[in-house]
Amino acid sequence: MNPVYIARATEVAARSLDGEMMIMSAKDSTLFTLNQVGTVIWQSADGKTTLAEIVEQKIYPEFEVDSEAALKDAESFVNNLASHGILVISSDPIIARTAQGGPR
Amino acid sequence: MVAERQLLHIATLGFLHAHDTAHGSPLAAPWEQGDVMGELAATVGQEVIIEIGGMPVQVRSESPEFLRMLEDRYAGFLNPEADPIFEFDIELVAPRRITEEDDVAVRFESGRWLIERGDLRAEWEPVSRCGRILQSPNPYSLDAVLRIIHSLVLARQGGLLVHAASAVCSGKAYLFAGVSGAGKTTISRLAPADATLLTDEISYLRVDDGGGRGRGYLAYGTPFAGELAKIGENVQAPLAAVYFLQKGSENTIEPVKSSEAARMLLENVLFFAHDPELVGLVFESACKLVSCVPVYRLTFVPDESVWELIA
Repeated sequence: MNPVYIARATEVAARSLDGEMMIMSAKDSTLFTLNQVGTVIWQSADGKTTLAEIVEQKIYPEFEVDSEAALKDAESFVNNLASHGILVISSDPIIARTAQGGPR
Repeated sequence: MVAERQLLHIATLGFLHAHDTAHGSPLAAPWEQGDVMGELAATVGQEVIIEIGGMPVQVRSESPEFLRMLEDRYAGFLNPEADPIFEFDIELVAPRRITEEDDVAVRFESGRWLIERGDLRAEWEPVSRCGRILQSPNPYSLDAVLRIIHSLVLARQGGLLVHAASAVCSGKAYLFAGVSGAGKTTISRLAPADATLLTDEISYLRVDDGGGRGRGYLAYGTPFAGELAKIGENVQAPLAAVYFLQKGSENTIEPVKSSEAARMLLENVLFFAHDPELVGLVFESACKLVSCVPVYRLTFVPDESVWELIA
């Protein structure tokens, strides 16, 4: 299976409140709330660590889940976030892009 | 175990296009265009300065009659001495009936902000701080323009316009948010005699740096009225609490955790521009507010006793 690299999209604002990650898609003003596991995946989405590594290192030990099932769930989770444009998925490492914007 | 539905909660924000047309049909009043034009010759270049939330906006019109209408509409919020942050020329045009489907469009293009709705068109340059508004002689179109201008200015300052009632009691401001019918008008009407109504419809919040006393928020009165049809008092007070309202069979009050509070607050924030940078700033402002102001869910029986829970 190809490695899955994930990175946070550029046009989003995110903030952790009570251990839940709140993410606003700045493009269409949609708000997403992630639970603790989702928050860990989001925070680890650096474009350099594969999803399998994230699950193995951060999810499996901390949340005591079956690692194979956890990876499957994590895959559908990141695909869902990607379909909303707030996460980028690639089979290669993702290099950070700079955000655009000008004065208003 | 790590099922996707548990990982992710999605809420699409209101971000309120609908609320802006909630005040009935602004152009229902039959203005005789001839009357307005007849007044044009009398005086040229008159102005009023409307100060809301401590931010003065000057509007000029060649029609003294229209300016008198504005002076009447914004009584209590006029400050002729203020130094305006924006100056607008209003050009009056014939009325056009707008429909429920008329959505407001706000965008930044070629160095200027543009607002378009069925009944109005406005544009201004942030650099020169000057602009113009095309509308018919009614006060409602200008209301909409002012709300949008203030929402954009506040976005950069960490402030918010919220679809909520607010009132001052014993020197502290309380904000009451909720969907239409949740009780904003009711709770405003039930306020004790010594309470001051800031608004029953659109609350105005600015960051209060408090001269080093720690970060908080100030709630300002607004002339934007809802069902009570009574404009707010032009005063300000530190924001002490935010309540999300619902009517029930008994009075109960329970704290709301920050993540849920942020979500509920954002659903009631008025913001009109599809501008990714500013939307991000509004999101940050809402998260900061719920981190430093207590937020409660208030279920209430519609009688005066509810105010004993509040102040």
